Amino acid sequence: MTQQGVRWTADQVLALAPDTASRKAGSKLGTAGPWSQTGSSDEGAVWGLCKGSGSKPYQTIVDTGGDSGGGSGPAYKCSCPSRKFPCKHALGLLLLWSGGAGQVPDGQAPPEWTEQWLAGRRQRAAAKRTAQDAPDAGSAPADPDAARRRAERRAQRITAGATELEQRLTDLLRGGLAQAERAGYGLWEETAARMVDAQAPGLAARVRELGAIPGSGAGWPVRLLEECALLHLLDQGWLHRAGLPEDLAATVRSRVGLPTQATQAAQRDDWLVLAQYDSADGHLTTRRIWLYGTAAHRTALLLSYGAAGRAPALALPAGLALDASVAGYPGAGTPRVELGEQFGAARPTDVRPAGVDVGAALAAYGEALTADPWLESWPVTLTDVVPARDPDGGGWQLADAEGKSALPLVPQASAASGLWRLVAVSGGAPVTVFGECGHRGFRPLATWTGAAGDVISLC
Amino acid sequence: MTRTSTPQTSTTTPTTAHTWDSLVTAALLGTERRSGTSPRALLDEAAAQTLRHRAGLRPAPAVALPEPTGEDPRPPLPAAARRRLAMLLTDRPGTGTTRRGSTPDLLELLPQWLAAANEHGYAPPPELLPALLDAARGRTDLRPQALAFAGPRALWLGRLNPDWKFALRATPGASAALPSPEDTERVRRLWEEGLFAERVALLSIVRAHDPEAARTLLADTWGSERAEDRLMFLDSLRTGLDDADEPFLERALSDRSRNVRATAAELLSALPGSALAGRMADRALSCVALDRTTATIIIEAPHECDPAMERDGVVAKPPAGRGERSWWLGQLVEAAPLDRWPDRLGGRTAQEIVALPVADDWQGELHAAWCRAAVRQHDIGWSRALLGPATAAGAAGPGAVSLAERAKLLTALPRGERAEWVGQFIAAHGLSEAFQLLGVCATPWAVPLGQAVVDALNIARDAGSYPWSFSGVMGLAERCLDPSEVVRLEALTAAVEEPEGSAPGAGGYWGEAFQRLAGTLRLRRAMRDELVPPG
Repeated sequence: MTQQGVRWTADQVLALAPDTASRKAGSKLGTAGPWSQTGSSDEGAVWGLCKGSGSKPYQTIVDTGGDSGGGSGPAYKCSCPSRKFPCKHALGLLLLWSGGAGQVPDGQAPPEWTEQWLAGRRQRAAAKRTAQDAPDAGSAPADPDAARRRAERRAQRITAGATELEQRLTDLLRGGLAQAERAGYGLWEETAARMVDAQAPGLAARVRELGAIPGSGAGWPVRLLEECALLHLLDQGWLHRAGLPEDLAATVRSRVGLPTQATQAAQRDDWLVLAQYDSADGHLTTRRIWLYGTAAHRTALLLSYGAAGRAPALALPAGLALDASVAGYPGAGTPRVELGEQFGAARPTDVRPAGVDVGAALAAYGEALTADPWLESWPVTLTDVVPARDPDGGGWQLADAEGKSALPLVPQASAASGLWRLVAVSGGAPVTVFGECGHRGFRPLATWTGAAGDVISLC
Repeated sequence: MTRTSTPQTSTTTPTTAHTWDSLVTAALLGTERRSGTSPRALLDEAAAQTLRHRAGLRPAPAVALPEPTGEDPRPPLPAAARRRLAMLLTDRPGTGTTRRGSTPDLLELLPQWLAAANEHGYAPPPELLPALLDAARGRTDLRPQALAFAGPRALWLGRLNPDWKFALRATPGASAALPSPEDTERVRRLWEEGLFAERVALLSIVRAHDPEAARTLLADTWGSERAEDRLMFLDSLRTGLDDADEPFLERALSDRSRNVRATAAELLSALPGSALAGRMADRALSCVALDRTTATIIIEAPHECDPAMERDGVVAKPPAGRGERSWWLGQLVEAAPLDRWPDRLGGRTAQEIVALPVADDWQGELHAAWCRAAVRQHDIGWSRALLGPATAAGAAGPGAVSLAERAKLLTALPRGERAEWVGQFIAAHGLSEAFQLLGVCATPWAVPLGQAVVDALNIARDAGSYPWSFSGVMGLAERCLDPSEVVRLEALTAAVEEPEGSAPGAGGYWGEAFQRLAGTLRLRRAMRDELVPPG
C-alpha cells in the first residue's frame, strides 16, 4: 500500500504536457463541467468520463505510478483518438484531481472499465519483477550463437565505416579545411549516408554536424578542426577498442551508436525531477529528464524517444520526487540511467541539490571529460549567481554574486523564454540554477530560490 | 571565439598556444602544403589540444551586475491563485477555428482575475511576469491592470527587455521624466520643452493636484500651440470639469480652429450654470412652446444661424440629408440645461413633458436632442423619463430614441435600476437588440438581469437558430453572469431533442455553447474563491 492522498499540483501536471497546445487544451478541461464518474484509488489510479463532441464520453484513466504501475513513470489510457501522450483528457483529469477531493474523490474502487487495464499493468509489472529476479531466464536470446554472429557482422561493418571515415578525415586535412567551405554540404551528407550504411548512427550524426560548421560564423575553422579531431579520436577509439579499459570501450561503443542496455546495479532513491525538455532531430524527438537522487546526491539522466510526431512516452512531473530504482548504463561517468521499479506515486520533497560556484562547475565538466572525451556538457547546480547581460555583445551570463567571474550562457539559451523567467525570478539578486555546463557555455534548465523553493522550469 | 560568448581558455603556456594556432593554420592550408606533418599526426595533436582546452576552461570575467529590483511589499498570491494565473496565461488566442467548442476562453477571464488580485493587493509570482508582460504587450486594454499587478519588478524588466518597454511608459510614476506637480520649476520647463505625450500627462497630473495651476500653464502658452494640440489639451479638461473652467473655455469660443470652438462649446454646455448654457437655453426655449388648450408642444425652429450662435458652437451647415432648421434646433436643445424646461412647459416634470404630444412630427427631433442633453448633463430624472418603460412597444424598434442613445441614457441610472430596465427589455423584446444595452450594465449582472438573459437564450434555442447568432451576448454572459447562475444552466447543458424546423445540428451546438457558459462560470467562481483576501 502506498501513501495516498498526495495529489500533484497543477504545475506538476502541466509539466507532463507533450506540447503547449496540449497544455492549453488540458487546462480548459481541468474544470468539473465535462467530467462525470471521477474517482481515484489508494493505489494511485485516477479515472473519469469526459464528455466530448460525440455522444459517448471518453474514458480516461491515469496511473500516477503506484504499486500497480509497470515501473515506467505515470501511464495513461484514454478512449479518445489523440496521438498525443498524455492527451488533453488525461491532463484535464489530473488537473481536476489536483484541485482536491471535492472534484475527484479518494479511496474509490475502480469501475469495471478501468479495472481491466489496471489489472493488465499489474500483471506486466509482476512479470517484469519476476524476470528481474531471474535475469538469465527472461532476457537471454533464444540463440546465443546467432546473436553473437550478428554482433560480429555489425562490428565489422562499423570498422569498415570508421576506416573509411578516417580516410576522409585525413584527405580533408591533407587538402586543408579551407576547401571544406567550398565543397558544401553535399560532401558531408554523402559521408553521413555511408556511416548509416555502416550501421554507425553515432558517427553519422557527428558527420552531419561537421557539415553545418563551415561558414557558421567567425572562428568556424577552429570549431571544425576541434570536431574533426574528436571524430578522429572516436574512430581510433573504435578501431583500438580491444586495448581500451572496459569503461572507456563501453563509452566508445555507445558514442559510435551501438545500442546499449542499462546493466549497472539498480539504485533506489528519492529522485527529484529537476528538468524535462525535448529536442527534435529529423523524425526523432529526444526527451531528456534530469533527476537528482536526494539520498545519494547524484544527478542522473533519463532519455526517452518519440518518433514521427509522437511525444516521447515518458513524462515526469518536474519538482516532484519519485521513490524509484534506476539502473545505470555502462560507460565511465555517464549520467544516463533507466527508470526501473517505482515505489509509490511522485510527491513533493524539500531536498534540493547543493550548488557550486562557476569555477567548480567548469572543473566538474573538465573532470567528466577525462571519462568521456566526447561529452558536450555536464549537469551542475550553480549557487549564488546573478543573470547579467553584456552591455556590448548583448549575450547573457551567470555571474557570481561578487561580480568577479561568470559563465556565459549558450547562445540558444539567450534567445529562449526560460531566460526571462530566470531573470524575473532573480530580479538582480542571487539565485540557484541547475543546468548543463559545457565548452559552449551554460544552459539553464531550472531555478529555485531559498533552501526548498519551488522548482521553476526554464526549459 | 569571443571572450564573452564562451568560457575562457585556461592560462595556456605560450608554446602550447602557439602550437594550437599553428595547428589551425596547418589544418586550414592542408598538410600537403606544410611538409613535416602527417594528417593523422595533426588530428592526434588537435584532439589532445581540444580536450586539454575544454578540460581547462576557466570562468569568464563578470560584466557589471544589474541593479537589484526594489522589494515588493505586497503579500504573495495563494498557491491555487498562482496556478490559476499560470493557466490563464498559457491560453493564447489565435489558432483560428471559428467554432468555439465547449471549453472556456481563458484569456477573456484574465482582466477579471487581475482586477480581483489587485483589489486584494497581492504581489505577482516573479516567474509568471514574462508571460504576463507578453500578454499585456499584445492587448493594450489589459495594460493598466496588468502593470498595477506586476508592480516594481515589471519596470525593472521593462528596462532590460525592449519588448516590454511599454511598462515604462504606461505605469504611472514610472517615467522619471515627469516631475512632481509641486516642483513648479521642473513642471514649467517640461511644459515648455517636453514632447506632446509628456505634456498631456503632465497637464493631467497638475490638474488633478491643482486645477488653477493647470489652467495657468495652459493659458500661458495657448496662443502658440498648434491647433490639434489645443484640441487635445482642451479635451483633457473633460476630466474634472468645473465651473472654474468657464472663463478659459469662454475665451476658447473665439479660437481660430473650428474644432476647438466646438469642443469648448460642448464643455461649456455640460456646465448648466455657465453663461453659454444660459444663452443656449434662451434660444432653445424661444423655439419650443406649449399650446395650453390642446396640451401639445409646438415647435418653431430657428430661421437662421446668426454669428452669435455660431460663436457658441452651433454648426451652421447641416450634414447631407438634413434640413438646416431642424439641425439648428437640435443643437440648441442639446446644449440647453434641462432644468429650464419644466418652467417653460407649465411646471410639468420630466416624465410629464416627455409624455406630451409634439405637433408637426417634431417629436423625434426634440426627444433625440433631450437625450443628448441628458447624457451630457448626467441627468437621472430626464434619463429615466426618456428611456420610458422597458416593455413599451417600439422600445426595440427604430423609434424616437435609438438603442445607442438608450445605452447612453442607461449609464446615468443607478446600477440596480439599470439592470432591472435591461432585464425587462430583454424579457419583452428578446436578445437580438440587447447587446449594446447589456454592455453598459454593471458586472456581475444582477440576478434578475442574469435570469432574463439565460431565459432569452433558452427561448432562442427553442426557436431553432444557431447559437453563433447570439455569440456577442453569449460572450458577454460568460464574462458578466453571476457565477451562482451555474445552477440554472445545468439543466440547459443537457442535450435536447431538436424542435421541428430548427437548423440542422443546432441542438448540439447549443448544448456545447451552454456547456462552455457553465464551464466559464464555474471557472470564475473557482477564480474568485482562490483569491481569498490575504490573512
